[in-house]
Amino acid sequence: MGQHYWRYCATVATALTLGWAGSLDAAQRGGGGGRAPAFEDTPEILTEPVEGFIKLPEGLYFGEGIGVAENSQGHVFVYTRSGDTRLFEFDEDGDYVREIGAGLYGFEFAHKVRVDKEDNIWVVDEGANQVVKFNPEGRVTMVLGYRPPAVDGALAPEPGDHWGRSGRPGANEPYLFARPTDVTWDTEGNIFVSDGYFNHRVVKYSPDGRFMGQVGSGDAGDAPDQFSTPHTIASDDSGRIYVGDRGNRRVKVYSSALELLDMYEQTGAPWEICISEGEHQYLFVSNSNSDSNPAASWNTSGEVYKMELDGTVIGRFGEAGKDLGDFQTIHGMSCRNPNEIIIAEISAWRVQKILVASMPVF
Amino acid sequence: MKHSMQLLLVVAGFVAAGAIPAQAQGIPQIPYQAVDALSDFPNDIHMGEAAGVARNSDGEIFVYTRTGNPTISLGTSRYVSHGGARIFHFDEDGEYEGEIGQETYGALYAQQLRISADDHIWAIDQMSGQVVRYDPDGQIVMVMSRKPETMRLPQAPGQPGSGEGREGESFSGPTDITWDSQGNFYVADGIRNARIAKYSADGTWVMNWGLRGTGAGEFDVIQGIAIDNQDNLYVADYNNERIQVFDTRGNFRREMRGFGAPMAICITPGPNQVMYVSNSNPPDNLDVAGEIYKVELDGTIVGQFGTAGKQIGQFGTVNAIDCQEENDLLVGELGNWRVQRVTLQPM
Repeated sequence: MGQHYWRYCATVATALTLGWAGSLDAAQRGGGGGRAPAFEDTPEILTEPVEGFIKLPEGLYFGEGIGVAENSQGHVFVYTRSGDTRLFEFDEDGDYVREIGAGLYGFEFAHKVRVDKEDNIWVVDEGANQVVKFNPEGRVTMVLGYRPPAVDGALAPEPGDHWGRSGRPGANEPYLFARPTDVTWDTEGNIFVSDGYFNHRVVKYSPDGRFMGQVGSGDAGDAPDQFSTPHTIASDDSGRIYVGDRGNRRVKVYSSALELLDMYEQTGAPWEICISEGEHQYLFVSNSNSDSNPAASWNTSGEVYKMELDGTVIGRFGEAGKDLGDFQTIHGMSCRNPNEIIIAEISAWRVQKILVASMPVF
Repeated sequence: MKHSMQLLLVVAGFVAAGAIPAQAQGIPQIPYQAVDALSDFPNDIHMGEAAGVARNSDGEIFVYTRTGNPTISLGTSRYVSHGGARIFHFDEDGEYEGEIGQETYGALYAQQLRISADDHIWAIDQMSGQVVRYDPDGQIVMVMSRKPETMRLPQAPGQPGSGEGREGESFSGPTDITWDSQGNFYVADGIRNARIAKYSADGTWVMNWGLRGTGAGEFDVIQGIAIDNQDNLYVADYNNERIQVFDTRGNFRREMRGFGAPMAICITPGPNQVMYVSNSNPPDNLDVAGEIYKVELDGTIVGQFGTAGKQIGQFGTVNAIDCQEENDLLVGELGNWRVQRVTLQPM
């Protein structure tokens, strides 16, 4: 812990020396590398990584740590891009339990796993363009979206591409996604999908999967009701929906009727957000360093912010790096317990459990 | 049936609440119950899109499903396709029994599965363009057409053409198969071609008929084909929203309309045969169509049931119906990755 604290001091010194990183360049808009406005004035929260938490059986390996979620029993679900995209379950001690959905039609290119209040397991796959709901036993009970038919082959990109193979698929398709990124639910069980990379929207469905509405124009933009790659989505116990608008470097808060309520712009590019459970809920926002690991991004990003739901920044922890306890482009966080956060990283091919002090050190 | 009972759901309530298409006004609703038909899957076996489902004479169920990852191999001068479809076998209660045709060359994109009177299992693959016939033991006994050696990436822009196809096999987007009383069989070569191809029992080509178009004997995407006890051939002419009826020489007899765009069709065994026709919702829309019609062979619609949706008792792009029992159907869905067992209240 002490080692991390001292490295934090060194990083702050470096940042102060270099000064403000300046206006956003294109790479930063794409999702990484920019110093968050809140960084300098935010105190650090001490952390301690749990060494060897996840215990993979011999012969099994993670690829990119894309999604991680816990159920009510503390079991950990990891959606990973390894040789194939796969979904694994571990128990609360990090011991391997099973694989779920082996060979599934909807597993093509992992993007997120989340667990709902009933312990159903939901995966969002940006290759198959689908959101798949598994019951706690690991069987499919609902499918949203439609996988582009293989029989059509690979098509040349063209405007208006219905299936999302090209850069600009139809934005107003109620039942199709184009590289969706994440899923969450309101208190009524309505489903919210961030249809992220191409459609720049959030789509709402009834609990049985019927289209109810959407927000976002279909074009990337920074107007209040636009998104630029909505990359992550979460909800609190009052039914508010939080959207990590990564390219615009802001977290937007919506009612479950998709009315914009608030916007938090001080914590960098939100690659991943999560909201803890319990009477006092916290919002965690990852300002992940760029996944291509440019050296400069290590100096200006990689940390996670702990916030009140109203946007007040409480503290921050972590930094870009390859060591245990450092982060290599956080892509998934599970924070049911705000003091024990499980973190999946793209570039480190790992899942870490991080003990997080409840308050920062002043 | 233990599993089925747990899932039993009376659906009459929300059938009434669903949107009923204009064309279906005044058609009696058939009360029905539905359950998830398939169970007992091993942990690593999952249904994908249920493209084809059929029962053999013992009531055992076979499903041809789009599952796994259809794959193109890289690092060669030509793009070769692999995988993406499997045939699963279930007992008469829908409990998983096993698989046939594992990793076969032509299993790329399941389109349909039918079982002939001799309990042979015929798998039709849209992407390989093949019809593969398995005996009851799961051994391949006949292969029709040939899988293209390679794929083009990106795919060449397709020109529809006349759709008449060539003499022989060379299917291009085949969708369905049926057999007449003499053992001849008919392949609906219906997506990129627009023809019916007739073969004798030993697989020898006999004749083609059909062109792309809207007239009698012309088709715009054939989604299904079925035959009755009098050897009348019913062809689901999807985009023309009709079923055309032919004799076994391809002579046009009549057409039937009023049930939307027919996707899956099935004719019950005799003596009093009826047909089921699905007006399936497209996979990109859950708010239109979705109902299944019960139709007399003269075209009289006697009733309908179901609507598009994801719940048990609703349908997500029905692609296959097995109606070996008139009031005990198996319905395969593309959108919901499942097969439902639908019990109709006798009318």
